[in-house]
Amino acid sequence: MSPSADNDQAPLLVERRYFTFAEPPEQMLLDCGARLGPITLAYETLGELNAERSNAVLILHAFSGDSHVAGRLSIDDERPGWWDNMVGPGKPVDTSRYFVICSNILGGCSGSTGPSSINPETGRPYGLHFPMVTIRDMVRAQKCLIDHLGIRSLMSLIGGSVGGMQVLRWCADFPEMVGSAIPMATTTRHSAQAIAFNEVARQAIMADPAWNNGDYYDGSGPAHGLAVARMIGHVTYLSDEAMREKFGRRLHRSALSFDFTGDFQVESYLHHQGKKFVNRFDANSLLYITKAADYFDLERGGNQLINEALANVPFLVISFTSDWLYPTYQSRDIVSALKKNGSDVSFCEIEAQWGHDAFLLPNRRLDGLVSGFLNRVYHERCL
Amino acid sequence: MNAVYNQELSNMRFDLQVIASWIDPGSRVLDLGCGNGDLLDYLKHHKEVVGTGIEFSEEKAARCIERGLTVLQGDFRHEVKDYPEGRFDVVVLSQTLQQIHDPKDLLIDLLWIGRRVIVSFPNFAHWSARLQLLFTGMAPVNDQLPYEWYNTPNIRVITIKDFKRFLHLFGLRIVREVAINTHHHNFKGNIIRTFKNLRATYGIMMLERVT
Repeated sequence: MSPSADNDQAPLLVERRYFTFAEPPEQMLLDCGARLGPITLAYETLGELNAERSNAVLILHAFSGDSHVAGRLSIDDERPGWWDNMVGPGKPVDTSRYFVICSNILGGCSGSTGPSSINPETGRPYGLHFPMVTIRDMVRAQKCLIDHLGIRSLMSLIGGSVGGMQVLRWCADFPEMVGSAIPMATTTRHSAQAIAFNEVARQAIMADPAWNNGDYYDGSGPAHGLAVARMIGHVTYLSDEAMREKFGRRLHRSALSFDFTGDFQVESYLHHQGKKFVNRFDANSLLYITKAADYFDLERGGNQLINEALANVPFLVISFTSDWLYPTYQSRDIVSALKKNGSDVSFCEIEAQWGHDAFLLPNRRLDGLVSGFLNRVYHERCL
Repeated sequence: MNAVYNQELSNMRFDLQVIASWIDPGSRVLDLGCGNGDLLDYLKHHKEVVGTGIEFSEEKAARCIERGLTVLQGDFRHEVKDYPEGRFDVVVLSQTLQQIHDPKDLLIDLLWIGRRVIVSFPNFAHWSARLQLLFTGMAPVNDQLPYEWYNTPNIRVITIKDFKRFLHLFGLRIVREVAINTHHHNFKGNIIRTFKNLRATYGIMMLERVT
């Protein structure tokens, strides 16, 4: 496949759909003890589900992603989905063979129920009245969607970062539905360092007076706090080497300003990323999702990946050399637990300088691994 | 679609051809230092073997996974530790024993996770090595031992005779053994039946625990 192959043909069009469930009085019971409903999940699908319903691949997005994994929502849509280099016809996650599903997580802000959704009890956005949701709650909601689509077993689950946590949660909670799994750049539990960065991001939002205890949907909201939170995030997604190469100490103006408007390219990059994020993301969603990621712990009370029901599930675990947010040792811990089940587990630490972000960037090594692994699983399960 | 990738026996290193012929169809196999996965791929497609490989190099491990094999990238000295007892029918350690710091402990670990272990190693007592040392007074360099003393990864000098003595000493039983003489870059060879320790370039043995 040439890199420009997708430009030669008509754009791959996808449609965002919505599934609503857990209508009162049948609300979903959450880990925190609260009940939530109705719940809507925004989702998109690509490819065709085969007659045996055995070729479904569920993609779990990372913290700030959405259901728009690949393709375009309309002919004049300028930007394709967030993993368009990985997902599509003839791509590693080949939609001419697999039926791909991606849904926006519970607590998100791109069509699924979250803190910016209308609370049916008050007719106003939930804000901080939205109950605390966990990665497990997100997976519970996804399970309802998969049941609704009539799929009993997923050929594969793929996700990076917080998406990888969801992959692992699926494996722990619904192993009988997992045909294979690709957790990448992820962990079974946040390190103190990861929690620390998330807390600084949350404090940046909550310190913005416009946050107003989460009740800001009548106004413009905590734009500055959210932008700072995103800037912190971006620092953790890159690496020393990536920043050196991308920015060094280069200035974005001709001379030093001798004020605080920002001189360096890395500063203007972060400002730009922060500003861009404010236009597409809800500050309260960031609070809820980062908290869910911090609470996630598959090792509390015994490693939940050590489970006989996973003995026959093929795994491909992937890490990246320069990822210091979820370093390789955390992926090796996942591998080590899975090996104890006797599971069929492959692992590769990809040489990449781009830090945690590497899993989202075009990478031939990553493409080859995902495509080879899925191809093998497809031959074993679907042919 | 895998026709192009399917490994043929004759394209494999000769010691791997012998090892492949020793493995029963349908076995669970662990290949340590599996390289590009030639042995595993052959076993998968010709013997329905359920195989796993461990390979240190990122590039080689990735190539294996791309061709549909189960491979862990890492140092097998650490990676063998998490498997449950008896997870594999056969563990293969080809041409690596001479590079191991603690061969005795490793073999004991391997016989815990695998019922049997197949090892192949270059025979340092081959006549050409003996003659090189005798006549040139220098450490042997040949097809099987292509390194100088300063860049060799081989930190153990093993001969077939030494290895058998070692097995006897530590209570490991030989189930099957063969000595081979290889040529053409180790891809062709023949089996040696007499004066093995003098004439064989490699020894291959299948071991099990004496219980």
